[in-house]
Amino acid sequence: MTPESALPAVLAVPLAGAVLIAAVRRRPDLRETVTLATAAALLACVLALLPVVLAGGRPEWVLFELLPGLQIALRVEPLGMLFALVASGLWIVNSLYSIGYMRGNRESRQTRFYVCFALSLAATMGIACAANLFTLFLFYELLTLVTYPLVTHHGTEAARRGGRVYLGLLFGTSTIFLLPALIFVWFLAGTTDFRPGGILAGRLGHQELAALLLLTVYGIGKAALMPLHRWLPAAMVAPTPVSALLHAVAVVKAGVFSVVKVIVYIFGIEPLAATGIGGAADALVAVAGFTIIAASLVALHADNLKRRLAYSTVSQLAYVVMAAAVLAPLSVIGAVLHIAAHALGKITLFFAAGSIYTAAHKTEVSQLDGIGRRMPWTMGAFAIGALSMIGLPPAVGFVSKWYMLSGAMAAQHWAAVAVIVGSTLLNAGYFLPIVYRAFFVAPPPAEDGDVHGHGHGEAPLPMVIASSITAAATVLLFFLPEVPLALARQVLAGG
Amino acid sequence: MSLATHLPALQVVLPLLAAPLTVLLRRAGLAYAVAVAASWVALAIAIALALQVGRGGALSYAIGNWAPPLGIEYRVDALSSFMLLLVSGIASVVLPYSRASIEREVPPQQHYLFYTMFLLCMTGLLGISITGDAFNIFVFLEISSLSTYVLIALGRDRRALLAAYQYLVMGTIGATFIVIAIGLLYLMTGTLNLADMGRRIAAVHGTRPVLAALAFLTVGVSLKLALFPLHQWLPNAYTYAPSAVSAFVAATATKVAVYVLLRFYFGVFGEAQVFDRLPMAQMMLLLALAGMFAATTMAIFQTDLKRLFAYSSVGQIGYIILGLSFDSATGLTASIVHLFNHGVTKGAIFMLLGIVVASVGGGTLARVQGLARLMPWTSAGIVLAGMSLIGVPGTAGFVTKWYLVLAALEKGQWWLVFLIVASSLLSLIYVWRFVEVAYFREPRRDILPAAISPWMAIPTALLLVAVVIFGLDTSYTVDPAMRAAEMLLQGPNR
Repeated sequence: MTPESALPAVLAVPLAGAVLIAAVRRRPDLRETVTLATAAALLACVLALLPVVLAGGRPEWVLFELLPGLQIALRVEPLGMLFALVASGLWIVNSLYSIGYMRGNRESRQTRFYVCFALSLAATMGIACAANLFTLFLFYELLTLVTYPLVTHHGTEAARRGGRVYLGLLFGTSTIFLLPALIFVWFLAGTTDFRPGGILAGRLGHQELAALLLLTVYGIGKAALMPLHRWLPAAMVAPTPVSALLHAVAVVKAGVFSVVKVIVYIFGIEPLAATGIGGAADALVAVAGFTIIAASLVALHADNLKRRLAYSTVSQLAYVVMAAAVLAPLSVIGAVLHIAAHALGKITLFFAAGSIYTAAHKTEVSQLDGIGRRMPWTMGAFAIGALSMIGLPPAVGFVSKWYMLSGAMAAQHWAAVAVIVGSTLLNAGYFLPIVYRAFFVAPPPAEDGDVHGHGHGEAPLPMVIASSITAAATVLLFFLPEVPLALARQVLAGG
Repeated sequence: MSLATHLPALQVVLPLLAAPLTVLLRRAGLAYAVAVAASWVALAIAIALALQVGRGGALSYAIGNWAPPLGIEYRVDALSSFMLLLVSGIASVVLPYSRASIEREVPPQQHYLFYTMFLLCMTGLLGISITGDAFNIFVFLEISSLSTYVLIALGRDRRALLAAYQYLVMGTIGATFIVIAIGLLYLMTGTLNLADMGRRIAAVHGTRPVLAALAFLTVGVSLKLALFPLHQWLPNAYTYAPSAVSAFVAATATKVAVYVLLRFYFGVFGEAQVFDRLPMAQMMLLLALAGMFAATTMAIFQTDLKRLFAYSSVGQIGYIILGLSFDSATGLTASIVHLFNHGVTKGAIFMLLGIVVASVGGGTLARVQGLARLMPWTSAGIVLAGMSLIGVPGTAGFVTKWYLVLAALEKGQWWLVFLIVASSLLSLIYVWRFVEVAYFREPRRDILPAAISPWMAIPTALLLVAVVIFGLDTSYTVDPAMRAAEMLLQGPNR
């Protein structure tokens, strides 16, 4: 597979997979095999691109030219490469987990689920490999559309309501903020291409640059910056594999990926830094810093496990935005690394939450005393995910946090330092007690007539395998972070 | 080749002659064949004319060989060839579709009359687009309007007659205002030839009769183009007419009215008179915004799909007038390109709705529950056309939005930018109503969809493909629109 053919394949493979899955809907085992095979094929295509990108190559593919300077085109650069790797790698694991979850809970409309999953990955690949802001916008919108049936999967009135918030906020922010920003960028620069050093240098005054930056970043609603974050907790009505997709594989990752990409390749790190203290980027640091703390505080008080994880995600995403906005070389590396680190840690946590629901039918944190004895593998994975969120070794979250902190200190951005330190303590505050109580506190006496909870064991095997894989990867990347680190350095060096 | 020189006349004469031929033939099948043939030939002529104009500039043809300005002149330039292509193109696609569609919607003994009226309507619209004589415009306007009233009345619902009558009353008022305006212009300039009028009006620039003519023309044409708040006839007309009629009229009639407005504003009165002496730009801006928001909001609350998309049309016409109010090359390009983009999109939607009506017996939201399971391709088509109405990249509607926002950015009017995208969001809501009902509800057990004739499916698919192609390769629409806009802005002395 040559790099030239790998790039179109990255879009074509999940699309073809979606069609095939729909075609074999009457044979569930074959359908699940097609899903896994498609995911494996996608990872193979992405891996085929990796050595090219590491060596400095930037494969390109132009699909359509709508207007002069307005193209639908793909171009792989290091940041996109990392995102594509994370998404395609996690799709396989997520598919494995989904099989266990969907069958374990006897869910309905499974074909629609797997088809929309494949389409979501196609849209995600489009976002990762977009050569310009217009292409990114197109696939970004498609991702919202294609994840809607996944969010409202259960079809209940509550699911539809959650779906409306999801759609309303995401389409609302992208239509009202991002689209005008996109057209304005084209109006100023005659192009929307992602270029190292940005394309807006010298075209706008400081205040206008700040306004445009905030407009663009708020337009990227998937990054869940407060106060436009409500869609994320609202989307918790979805089945857990979908939550894993939303939080780790695709949706929020697409959000922060787009934010970092816009900061580095549209606005440019140097031009933004030139606006000085209190300039454009600092406004963004303030917004992100507030989000980190506020979301952590909400998570501290949330009893519903998925809700706590949702607000933890809001907080962790804001880490990426803040670290990128600090504009220091080390913090930008940290931001890029955190995209991968958070993905692995969060997906582990969501897998664990889903396993707990499937095996023990428990959803609240207060119900989880002593569950570690019955579900050691699941809670072990949970513990590793928690360590990654807090930023402790031997989890990879430590590495990204280290870079973010170093960068903030190097830039003497003491507010950012304080936020990182404070939020680390908060993270510990709402994750460690869960782990402690799961393993070291006796479970409550079994309720009478509790047929399901009594005597439950581990979750179905595919789910345990999936969560163990991601937990292992979290630890592995801590010891071997070379590939993500190399890609992050290349982003910094100039894409 | 002598036939080639007479193409401008043949463009109008052939459909005109085909109409009485269908009456003589009487049998619906033969009338259908004649009508389809006439529309395809008209399309071929329109393409040939467009190529000629593209190569050699504007064409002038004297009817009966009597020289203008006393004789009637047919003039084909960048803008008129664009309109000719739109009208004949939509007709070529809707006529093959119409036979299967009117089978269930029009009494059999009136089928041949349907084709007669359709041909007359097409003649009228083509004539308006090609003529260079002011009174001739009025004549063709009456031809197309009267035949449209009949076509609407052919609908099977009893309210179709009422809708046709309502349109007749408002349309006649509009036409009367237009003829008053033409009369005033003739009074002041002494000529009926548009080009000549444009030259002579400089001598009477700014006099009260001329300004009065401008006002009468604006109101008259606004009635025809359903500019808010003169749009009252449109929802009923589109809802109760036979689906093929809705498709054709929605795609062409209001667009040709816009053409008349553009032709008079820029070709006769001149930019200075229209925009500087009268606050036309502000008025158009206000009415366009009112249409965009009020009509789109009303669309959200409709339960009948045809009515919903009829209100959507009023909103979309708001976009066209908004582009006009900018009085800039980019704004005019947006308006002209939207004539085409919206024409193709709305034509596709009403054809799809016609398929729905033919299959499940009605077009209300209650009847289309779970439609995605019963008719997946049709539902997907409606969603795709809906995406064009919203302005999703990759569809034709996005191109219009792009140019509208650019025009606003050029003037630095950010508040207008946000209003334009906010109205897109409103359009999303009414498209989403259909998606929720069709995709996320269970199908009704008492409805079994009838089979769809390929004669209905293929033309519809063609229009949908056009919606996507014109969204991805904009050179077919944007380049001619830009040329037309520049030509208009150059003023009356062409």
